[in-house]
Amino acid sequence: MFGPLETGAGYWTPLVWVGSMVVVVLVTLVIRGLGERTAKNTHMKGDPFMSGNPEVSKENSHVRAGNIYWGFLKAMEPYYKPLMKWHNGNVNDYVLMFIMVIAVLLLAIVLPGVF
Amino acid sequence: MMFMDWILHNAPVLILALPLLAAFATPLVGKLGKWPRNVFVVSVAVIVEALVIYLASDVIANGMHTYVFGAASGILLPSGYSVPVRIIFQVDAMSVFMAIISATVTLAGIVYSWAFVTDKQGQSKYYTLLLMMAVGMFGMEFTGDLFNMFVFLEILSIASCALVAFRISFSESSEGALKYMVVSAVGALFVLIAIALLYGQYNVLNLAAVGSAIQFTALDKIALVLLVSAFAMKCGAVPMHMWTPDAYSAAPAPITMVLVSASQASMYALFRIAFTLYGVSMNTGAVGWFIIILGVLSMFIGVTMALPQKDIKRLMAYHAISQSGYMLLGVGVGLATLGSSAFNEYGLTAMKGGIFHIINHAMYKGLLFLTAGAIYYRLNTRNLNKMGGLGHTMKWTAAFFIIGALAIAGIPPFNGFASKVLIYESVFRFSPLLSIIAMLVSVLTLASFVKVFHSAFMGPRLPEYEGVAKEVPWPMFVAMALLAAIVVAMGLFPNLIVDNLVTPAAQALAGRADYLNAVMGGA
Repeated sequence: MFGPLETGAGYWTPLVWVGSMVVVVLVTLVIRGLGERTAKNTHMKGDPFMSGNPEVSKENSHVRAGNIYWGFLKAMEPYYKPLMKWHNGNVNDYVLMFIMVIAVLLLAIVLPGVF
Repeated sequence: MMFMDWILHNAPVLILALPLLAAFATPLVGKLGKWPRNVFVVSVAVIVEALVIYLASDVIANGMHTYVFGAASGILLPSGYSVPVRIIFQVDAMSVFMAIISATVTLAGIVYSWAFVTDKQGQSKYYTLLLMMAVGMFGMEFTGDLFNMFVFLEILSIASCALVAFRISFSESSEGALKYMVVSAVGALFVLIAIALLYGQYNVLNLAAVGSAIQFTALDKIALVLLVSAFAMKCGAVPMHMWTPDAYSAAPAPITMVLVSASQASMYALFRIAFTLYGVSMNTGAVGWFIIILGVLSMFIGVTMALPQKDIKRLMAYHAISQSGYMLLGVGVGLATLGSSAFNEYGLTAMKGGIFHIINHAMYKGLLFLTAGAIYYRLNTRNLNKMGGLGHTMKWTAAFFIIGALAIAGIPPFNGFASKVLIYESVFRFSPLLSIIAMLVSVLTLASFVKVFHSAFMGPRLPEYEGVAKEVPWPMFVAMALLAAIVVAMGLFPNLIVDNLVTPAAQALAGRADYLNAVMGGA
């Protein structure tokens, strides 16, 4: 039950990993405990520093899903443009893709035996 | 003891008959009230789960169960011709492995639905259809008959279609159901044509009988192409995956979770056809590589399409496609190496990884869809752009989401890592490039779920959800907790699952001769 999972090229023992993580967490807590005790009570601790500008409201400061990875998606536009065009929601195209896969597989599996 | 032996002997048929009868009894029990109906449906699901586990323990310990319906001599017609009316259920370790997934997911879905589906009419019919889905899945997994497989595929598809359209007030539900219906009908039609081609040649429909007689003629090859393509489409493999986000996102969350398991039943059919019906009689290298290519395409296109999604369920649906790719890759490598020395060196391990990933995916993706349902239940939106700060008030849902997200991204010590590490290491020996792509896809999966976690659970509380965003009712909580516990347990003790369930399943799938001999008696 507690033995390792043989992967063919090695093994994986989750309980050893969990034990290691517990040790890491304990060491982290010890280091944290050695720190400045008054830091917890410092006024304005954790407030955002906006280079002197007034802080925006909490609601408006939340980064929405549409903005996350914007740069990545912009940089990958040449990849995404045809991909999005392909996912057009037209059910005719869904069936077309199925027919195309059948055609490719027929060529790969059936044709070599014919000729 | 006699009673338990009788139960064990008849377990394959009881596992189907109980939900089938309960499905039609549910509207009648529903006349007594919601509580009696819900208790009835949950009880049936618990009994079926217990029966599946009982049957699985015996199949793993003592080997395959063959259950025969109908007389051995057949029906004698006035003309003197005897028609052999027999259907066989053949339950091996792979079948019960899949049945455990179907039973567990159905149970969690029914418990979750108790609180989730309360504001709609036709709730009794909802449970009827949900139980019919279970019947379809069990039937596909247990049957040893090709035409029977088609019938159960149809039962599963029709019940699924109706449930995708359950929230009829949303136009997308009808649209998703229509697309699912078209794709399912076309796929099933091609399955039927393939079965007709095989029946026309061999005059039998029994899977083992056809498998024993198969010559790999041109017609057999055409039947193979049609079967593999149709079941690949039904399991959502790229490039035939586009129905998946439409159907998965439109269905109620517990139904989406069961749909994942339904797609896996089609994947099981694909593997059964490739390994058992054709096996080494076909060009396993070519078909194996075809499945590998579908797997790699599914992994990569699935995850890259998930990244820009703003609808939480569409995003998760694309991840379901991506994760199916891992299963296809692992089992595809097993098929490509079947019959060679490489199979014992790393092919079987790749198959174990792919098969282990099936159960892992059913559990963590089910959990993730349920957390998406919990968010929708409270916020009435699936739009990630409108979410935020839910971690303040939906702490348990956030915790369950984290468990599911870390598992799907393959972060140790959760179950997703255990199956992925088997796939990475074995596939690397087959082709390092494929293994590297699989790892890259895991990185992108993590990135995608970081986005969901940040946009839904992090940040300040949003004023529009003040007093609305709170923990979900206890049945929904219980269903999520059950799946989360399974995800953690399978992550901490993966060898327990691999040794007792996955390895026997992989060996049963690869051991074609045992399956054929159980029916044909060494023919």
